Amino acid sequence: MSEQTQFDDRPWLDPEAEPFIQVSGVTKRFGTFTAVDNVDLQIYQGELFCMLGGSGCGKTTLLRMLAGFDNPTSGSIYIDGADMTDVPPYERPVNMMFQSYALFPHMTVEQNVAYGLKRDGVDKQEILQRVEEMLKMVELSQFAKRKPHQLSGGQRQRVALARALVKRPKALLLDEPLGALDKRLRAQTQYELMNIQDQLGVTFVVVTHDQEEAMILSTRIAVMDAGKFAQIGTPTEIYESPETRFVANFIGSANMFEGRITEDSADHVVVRSSDPACEFYIDHGVSIKEGSKVWVAVRPEKIRVSVSAPENAAANQLSGTVRDVGYLGNTSTYRVQVADGQIVEVTHPNQSRPRGGKHAVDWDDVVHLSWEPSSAVVLTE
Amino acid sequence: MGKKRSTFLFSVLCFGMAFLYVPMIFLIIYSFNYSKIVAVWGGWSLRWYAELFRSQEIWDALVLSLKIALMNATFATLLGTLAGLALVRFGRFKGRTLFTGMITAPLVMPEVITGLSLLLLFITLGDLIGWPGERGITTITIAHITFSMAYVAVIIQSRLAGMAQDLEEAAMDLGGKPFRVLVDITLPLLAPGMVSGWLLSFTLSLDDLVIASFVSGPGANTLPMLIYSRVRLGLKPDINALATIIIVVVAVGVIAAGYLMLRQQKQRERDMQMAATDTVKVTA
Repeated sequence: MSEQTQFDDRPWLDPEAEPFIQVSGVTKRFGTFTAVDNVDLQIYQGELFCMLGGSGCGKTTLLRMLAGFDNPTSGSIYIDGADMTDVPPYERPVNMMFQSYALFPHMTVEQNVAYGLKRDGVDKQEILQRVEEMLKMVELSQFAKRKPHQLSGGQRQRVALARALVKRPKALLLDEPLGALDKRLRAQTQYELMNIQDQLGVTFVVVTHDQEEAMILSTRIAVMDAGKFAQIGTPTEIYESPETRFVANFIGSANMFEGRITEDSADHVVVRSSDPACEFYIDHGVSIKEGSKVWVAVRPEKIRVSVSAPENAAANQLSGTVRDVGYLGNTSTYRVQVADGQIVEVTHPNQSRPRGGKHAVDWDDVVHLSWEPSSAVVLTE
Repeated sequence: MGKKRSTFLFSVLCFGMAFLYVPMIFLIIYSFNYSKIVAVWGGWSLRWYAELFRSQEIWDALVLSLKIALMNATFATLLGTLAGLALVRFGRFKGRTLFTGMITAPLVMPEVITGLSLLLLFITLGDLIGWPGERGITTITIAHITFSMAYVAVIIQSRLAGMAQDLEEAAMDLGGKPFRVLVDITLPLLAPGMVSGWLLSFTLSLDDLVIASFVSGPGANTLPMLIYSRVRLGLKPDINALATIIIVVVAVGVIAAGYLMLRQQKQRERDMQMAATDTVKVTA
């Protein structure tokens, strides 16, 4: 495998690669409120990059600065090698799809899509052809003469997408692209969006608060909190190796055990916790000073649950009483109370049907919990 | 809803309607009165309508009033729209709060004060720069514009505030420079607000007696001024005929506008339904 293909779908690992969007030290203040706080970010050609965070974390402000609607208080933004920090939106090589779609209500679908090309002074014949092409791609050809209020939510979303893509932008910025759709339509549209991105090779920058959406869509996710990036990585990295407690809790859920490191060698760590009083064995080194305070995070689905005690009794074992059962059909979530009241959440697939109306694990059962040494993550902050 | 409606509510409705419309009905009936004395019934006749069409004085006043109303509505809409845009879309600028407060001041200012201050202004200006030399149609129009544009600005302001800014941002994102965005997106979307502003200014101007009386000069009598002076000199029944004509014109206008709005509403509902059924077809 040559050097080139090795980094083909993961350009952020290539130290030689030139970032397509380069955000350096960008801060945005509104009065005394700091929306974006000294942020650095590199997005590469062809990526589908998601900025994920709760409301007010600064993700939309950052996107608006990429589009040019807000100017950074300090810092710089480069797009495709050109300084765009103070360039107005109508001179940037990017287009945006708004959360509200922002379709012009007094224009037909066709006129909406054509608007950007008209402003660029594209030849009339070419406008006609490109608009037609675009409407065909989003399957809206038969609705060309309709006004936005004559369309359903999903159709409006596709008009907005077509309008933003028809100018062949170097990057497309999407603000909560699926936020206004109902659940079924959303799942379907997710894959359509990915297909279109794949087909056109345009760099997508997506802002969303929906972690599932981010996990499915993105090449990389940036988790934002209070104007800063908590972590940037692939969906797998973010989920399996969160760097902070915030990230571990924001994406999916995690059980946290507070403790101190009693043993740290190259290939394993032992963490001693007082509540519940036990030891955790993790099969990778973390190079943290012995005795320092850490958290051990374990995902609910990585914990085994059994009614009888496991045979090879070693570390990573707890027992407790089932306090709550959430039956979802394919899986069940148990809330197990261990030791002095800490609740551990466990998700378990329902591999066998209940016998005689009784599930394998039920309310008030005493159960044993255990997990592999490789399943837990040690967090320091 | 039961068959037997509350007698109380029904009588309240009747009383309210009577309160509003009985005076007008009397006026309409008396416009067909033959008698020369306004309050004495002398049998049916179209005499006063004929008289009305022969009265040059009334026609002159009507034409003057319409001219002023037209010019006023047009200029007030123009200036008021600009003021509204400046207030909502230009972010923070120095003196914005002051401007906001001052633009609404004419709405609450007693007309007598507005009229008097404008009269003083015109007199002073006349002394200083020789303009306006004679008070009349020009001064009345200017006076009307000053308070009408405040109403327009308020209408435009509320419409703009309710209009999501992302439409304008989207247009800019697609390559529209600010002025193009104003022409392509903002103004078309403001059109309904501008139309209602225009109509309101038009009516306000037609209606105004106090300010016009202050700033008018010899020979320039608007219709309200004429009617008012007639009342003081002894009413002739031809005014009843004129009032009846005005009521009919206004009623026809209101009914037509109501009908158009209802039709638009129904069309919109049909469109929504169409969109909904299309979706079902596509997903099925």
